[in-house]
Amino acid sequence: MKKSFAARTAFGLGLLLGSGSALAATTLTIGTVNNGDMVRMQALSKTYTEQHPDVELRWVVLEENTLRQRLTTDITTGGGQFDIITIGAYEAPMWGRKNWILPLEKFSPTYDVDDLMPNVRKQLSVDGKLRALPFYSEGSITYYRTDLFAAKGLKMPEEPTWTEIRGFAEKLHDPSKNVYGICLRGKAGWGENMALVTTIVNAYGGRWFDEKWQPQLDSPEWSQAVNFYVDLLSKFGPPGPSSNGFNENLTLFNAGKCAMWVDASVAGAFVTDKTQSQVPDKVGFVKAPRQVTPKGSSWLWTWALAVPSSSKQQQAAFDFIQWATSKEYANLVAKRYGISAMPPGTRLSTYANAEYMKATPFARVTQEAIQTANPDSPTLKPVPYTGVQFATIPEFQAIGTLVGKSISGALAGSSKVDAELKKLNESVQRTIKRAGYIK
Amino acid sequence: MSEAARESRRAGRLTASPAILLLFIWMIVPLAFTVYFSTQNYLLLDPENRGFAGLENFSYFLSSSSFLNSLVTTLELVGSVLVITVVLGVLISVLVDAKFPGQGVVRMLLISPFFIMPTVSALIWKNLLMNPVSGLFAWLFQLVGLTPINWFSDWPLLSIIIIVSWEWLPFAILIFVTSLQSMDQEQKEAAQMDGATPVSIFRYLTLPHLARPIAVVVMVEAIFLLNIFAEIFTTTSGGPGDATTNVPYLVFTQALLEFDVGTASAGGLVAVVLANLVAAALLRVFGKSLTQA
Repeated sequence: MKKSFAARTAFGLGLLLGSGSALAATTLTIGTVNNGDMVRMQALSKTYTEQHPDVELRWVVLEENTLRQRLTTDITTGGGQFDIITIGAYEAPMWGRKNWILPLEKFSPTYDVDDLMPNVRKQLSVDGKLRALPFYSEGSITYYRTDLFAAKGLKMPEEPTWTEIRGFAEKLHDPSKNVYGICLRGKAGWGENMALVTTIVNAYGGRWFDEKWQPQLDSPEWSQAVNFYVDLLSKFGPPGPSSNGFNENLTLFNAGKCAMWVDASVAGAFVTDKTQSQVPDKVGFVKAPRQVTPKGSSWLWTWALAVPSSSKQQQAAFDFIQWATSKEYANLVAKRYGISAMPPGTRLSTYANAEYMKATPFARVTQEAIQTANPDSPTLKPVPYTGVQFATIPEFQAIGTLVGKSISGALAGSSKVDAELKKLNESVQRTIKRAGYIK
Repeated sequence: MSEAARESRRAGRLTASPAILLLFIWMIVPLAFTVYFSTQNYLLLDPENRGFAGLENFSYFLSSSSFLNSLVTTLELVGSVLVITVVLGVLISVLVDAKFPGQGVVRMLLISPFFIMPTVSALIWKNLLMNPVSGLFAWLFQLVGLTPINWFSDWPLLSIIIIVSWEWLPFAILIFVTSLQSMDQEQKEAAQMDGATPVSIFRYLTLPHLARPIAVVVMVEAIFLLNIFAEIFTTTSGGPGDATTNVPYLVFTQALLEFDVGTASAGGLVAVVLANLVAAALLRVFGKSLTQA
C-alpha cells in the first residue's frame, strides 16, 4: 500500500515535471486566414520560435468568413481567446477607434515604420497612430492572356475602359473551345462580388452615399454600372458565374479558361507560378478598367496583424507581429519561395528593389494600383465615408451582404436589376436611418 | 383514489422533480436571454449604442422584404419535402413489403441515407452529383447529348428539396415498413378471395392502415424540416439572391454576417412562434388519426 503510494507520487511528480519542461513561458494564440501567404507565415514561423525558444505559437487557421465571425464575436464580447489577430482594412480603423486593439508604438529600431506605404498606413491608423501592421496589400488589376490577344490581333491598352474590355470579351469569347471572354466575381459577399461591383460603380462615377448619408443605389450611375456588369458577365463569362469568387476564378484562369480577369493583384504570384498555372508565361497585367473616371476604379485592401486589448501577452504579441511584417521576414520568404513571392504592397523598399521589380512582371501595376487608391477620397463625387470598395462603418457588413446577395441573384437571372436596386436603396436607407446617420 | 396510491404518486412527483426542474432551466435560460436581447438595440460591432429598443427589432425583422420571402421559402421547402417523402415512402414501402430474394439487403440500403450527416450528404450532392462541369448528372446529360443543368444557379430551391427529400425518405420508409408488418394478413387474403384488385386492396386496406404512421411522419418531419440549415449553408449559402434563404438561415445571416444580436433574437423568437403555428395546424389536420384507436 505504502509502496504503491510512493510510486504513484513519484509518477505524478514525474508527469508534472515532464510537462513543465515542455511548456514554453509564453503561448501566443494566432487567429489567421487560410490564404496562401498566411499559410507560408505559419511554415516560416519556425524560424521565429528558434530565435525565441520561450515562445510557443498556437495557430487557429480558418476560412475568411468563419474567421471574421470568430474574431468579431470574441473581440466584441471581450472573450480574450486571441493574442494576435488577422484583420482587414475594414476592421482595423473601427476596432482601433473602439480600443479593441492596441495602438502600436515603440517599434524595434530595425523595423523602419517609415518604409510602409503611405496609403496602407493611412488605412490602418486611427488619428495618425498605427493600430495594425500590414502583412500584405492588394489593389485590383486586369489580367489578360497575351497569346489570345495576339492571335486575334488585339492590343490591350495600359489603362483600358470597361467599354473596351467588353469589346475584347465579345471577340475572345469562345465557349466551344472552353475559353470565356472574361471571368469576374459573382459570388455574394461584401468582400467578394461587392468589392468588384463597387469599383465598377466608382468607375462609372457613382458612390455608396451622398454627403448627407443618403444611399445612392437608385442613381443612374449604379443602374448603368450594375446593368453593364450583369450583361457583360452573363454574356461573355463562364457558366454559373454567380457562384464564382476569387478562388474559383483563379482556378478557371490558371486552367486557361479566361481571356481576361479583373481581380486582386495578389493573384499575380499565383498565375505566374509554374507549379499551379497552365499559362504562367502568357499573362499580361494592366490597370483595373476605368470608365468616366479612374478614381476608385481599383480597390485597396490590406491584411494586417493586430494585438487585441484583451491579450495577456501584449509585448510578446507585438514582438511577433513586428517580425512577421518586417523586411527580414520578406527576405526569408524570398529565400524560401523565390523573390516574386515577397509579401506585396506593404513596403516601399520592396518596390525599390531592382531585383524584385525585374523578376516580378506584375510589380509595377500593383504598386500603381496601391499608390493611386485613396481611401480618404475614393470617388468622383464627395462622400462622407472612407474606404474605396467599402464604407468604413459598422453597418457596412450588413449592407454589403444584402446588396451582394441581390446582385448575385440578378446575375443568376432571378430578378431585374433596376427594380432590385430601387428595393435595395430602400433597405439600405432603413438600415442607415436605424443606425442614426440620417436624422 | 386510496391514501396509499396518492402517497406513492406524491413520492413519484417528488423524485422526478429535480430532473424536470433541470430540463426547465435548460430551456428557460436561453429563451429568457433571447427575449431580453430581442428588446435591445445591440449591434456587436457598435456596443456603445446599446439600449432598449422596445419592439423595433421585431418590426424591423418582420417588415424586411427578406422575411416574407424566407417564410414562403420555408413553407415551400417543408411542404414539398413532406409530399415527396410521404408519397414515395408509401409506394416504396408497399413495394418492398412483398417477399423477394435479397429483401433484407434492399431495406438496409433504403434506410442508410438517414445515417449520413446532413453536411456530408449536401457536399456529396453538390460536388459529386450536381456539379455542372464535373458532376455525375452532367456526365449523364452529356452522354445523351444534352446540356448539363446548372442546378444551384438555375434551380436552387429544387436542388435543396431533392437533397433534403433524399435524406428524409429513409425515415418515412422505416416507419411505413414497420407498420405494414403489423397489417392483418387474413383480411388481405379474404379480400383477394373476393376478387379485389391489388389497387383496391391498396386503396381500401393498406392506406387506412397507414393513416396513423403517415400522421407521425408528417408531424416529426415538419418539426425537423422547419429548421433545415446545414444543407443550405454548404450548397447555396441562401442564394442566388434570396432564392434559398429560409427562416433559420435568415436568422443566421442577421446574427453572424450582420452581427445584429437584437434583430437575430427577434427573428429567433419569430421562428419559434412559426414552428408552433405549423405544429398546431398539423395537429388539427392529422390529430384525429393520431388519437383514434
